Amino acid sequence: MAAKTDNFQHPDYYLMDELLTDEHKLIRDTVRAWVKKEVSPIVEEACQKAEFPKQWIKGLAEVGAFGPYIPVEYGGAGLDQISYGIIMQELERGDSGLRSTASVQSSLVMFPIYTFGTEEQKKKYLPKLASGDLMGCFGLTEPDHGSNPSGMISNIKDKGDHYILNGAKMWISNAPFADIAVVWAKDENGDIRGMVIERGMPGFTTPETHGKWSLRASATGELVFDNVKVPKENIFPNIKGLKGPLSCLNSARYGIAWGAIGAAMDCYHSALQYSKERIQFGKPIAGFQLTQKKLAEMITEITKAQLFTWRLGVLKNEHRATPGQISMAKRNNVNMALQIAREARQIHGGMGITGEYPIMRHMMNLESVITYEGTHDIHLLITGMDVTGIAAFE
Amino acid sequence: MKILVCISKSPDTTTKIAFKENNAQFDENNVQYIVNPYDEWYALVRALELKEAGGGNVTIINVGLAENDAIIRKALAIGADDAVRIDADPSDALYVAEQIAAYAKAQNFDLILAGKETINYNGSAIGGMISELLGLPYISLATKLTMAGNTATIEQDIDGGTQVVECDLPLVISAAKGMAEQRIPNMRGIMAARTKPLTVVSAVDSAKLTAVKLYTLAAGRTECKYIDASTPEKLIELLHTEAKVI
Repeated sequence: MAAKTDNFQHPDYYLMDELLTDEHKLIRDTVRAWVKKEVSPIVEEACQKAEFPKQWIKGLAEVGAFGPYIPVEYGGAGLDQISYGIIMQELERGDSGLRSTASVQSSLVMFPIYTFGTEEQKKKYLPKLASGDLMGCFGLTEPDHGSNPSGMISNIKDKGDHYILNGAKMWISNAPFADIAVVWAKDENGDIRGMVIERGMPGFTTPETHGKWSLRASATGELVFDNVKVPKENIFPNIKGLKGPLSCLNSARYGIAWGAIGAAMDCYHSALQYSKERIQFGKPIAGFQLTQKKLAEMITEITKAQLFTWRLGVLKNEHRATPGQISMAKRNNVNMALQIAREARQIHGGMGITGEYPIMRHMMNLESVITYEGTHDIHLLITGMDVTGIAAFE
Repeated sequence: MKILVCISKSPDTTTKIAFKENNAQFDENNVQYIVNPYDEWYALVRALELKEAGGGNVTIINVGLAENDAIIRKALAIGADDAVRIDADPSDALYVAEQIAAYAKAQNFDLILAGKETINYNGSAIGGMISELLGLPYISLATKLTMAGNTATIEQDIDGGTQVVECDLPLVISAAKGMAEQRIPNMRGIMAARTKPLTVVSAVDSAKLTAVKLYTLAAGRTECKYIDASTPEKLIELLHTEAKVI
């Protein structure tokens, strides 16, 4: 398939750029330039073939997509949360699978090691994760425990100088090629504990999940633990319970709220261009009211989502963002992006289903994004619980 | 080797161009600026390649007001060592060249590189003017630049072919497409750019001898007209009366 020139320019209807620093904009332009040069020309073919282009790993590391907010002393870039969000937005503008790889590495692997790990764990893993020399994945979801992770059956048993880990994790991004996995399992007291599992530990395997219609340019798999001997120094000492993995998810969900805007912007940009070029009944279809309704609603929703995430970024920088606020933004923005993808598909007519345009790829990707890291419905119930004080999902 | 790279800002290539003040001023509202691509992709990147191969220092120079610091930081993020901004409104080519020459005179640069033109004004004037003001040789529209000791070998596109010239340093060159490949900054570069020196220098006295009186946008593309193959005389008539090309 002939790769078209990626001439994307972000919409900025409310002059949001004025809320960003010069460095934010430099980071955005850098990641965008990298996506245009290294991702856009091959992403369609990678998706068609269901392959993760491994050469992206080095590029992701160079543009700072792995742990941008991790302090410099551990190999990160020491950037703020808005920078992290902007990077996620630009990556997902290219492809949600690409952003997923970076989200997992940053928020689900580097974040817990940095937050809960020992100094030795931080020094051992973080610099190599930041440089892409090590890739990580995150094991929380199990075949029978998705929205209810506290019911997990993966477990560790204390054997004196080590633990024995048994269980299985499912729907794990990066699993097939990850060098390490941050895994959550219950100890003998029923407390959820976090640990780092390394590829090569006997009994640890990562079978790939095949046949996905979504996130096809991202590798997904299972983590299977069959009496894996885990050294005690691989356990996170400072965290017990569900708040460990949930704090990782908060960080990742925040990034997803930004990322979804990128996918939405790409669909809008393509739909706007196409509608001005596509002539029917003697004029561009952009001149018809029903097309304008779609486009006007798209830019309205994108603008609202931009304001949402920018404010959330400010709160996150001030350590004031609550899980409820993050849930609201993730749920709203991913749903917004998915609706825009569907409307953009309509504007593209039959061309919208081909790989000539990014629409169908974004749409299929977003079907995963609206489900992973807390489903659309669960996030609604988190907001419901937040405002009523009553949990409806238990 | 001490290299000076002259950079200018240009509107992003997707900018919708508009004018104000009775079409005498460019309307900067909502315009996003970039480093002029000829300065960035070719002049700066080749300067960095030469430094990486043979050592030295790459200094950025820009004539402009404080808002230009953003594009200067980008050039530093790509890899330049330090930067100088001459604090002045760069609205006349000779004025800009005199500012750069005044700074460069005392610095003994081995090589001064500029893009062949800006993508917005296409003046192609700065490089030649700087060389004249400094009394240095000038090679314009260079598509390739290699160094051997103190001697530069430069390729230029000429009508129907290329020309290879040799010149000893110091030297002024304007860079055209082909001299290097665009280089995307990395996060290490962006972080390093925060602390690289950006010196702001006052402008020297110099007159602005030109001023833009009027901008006019090129006529947009008009609708395509189809003429039935059975009436070629209609085509001739329209070419004569409407397009006025025959």
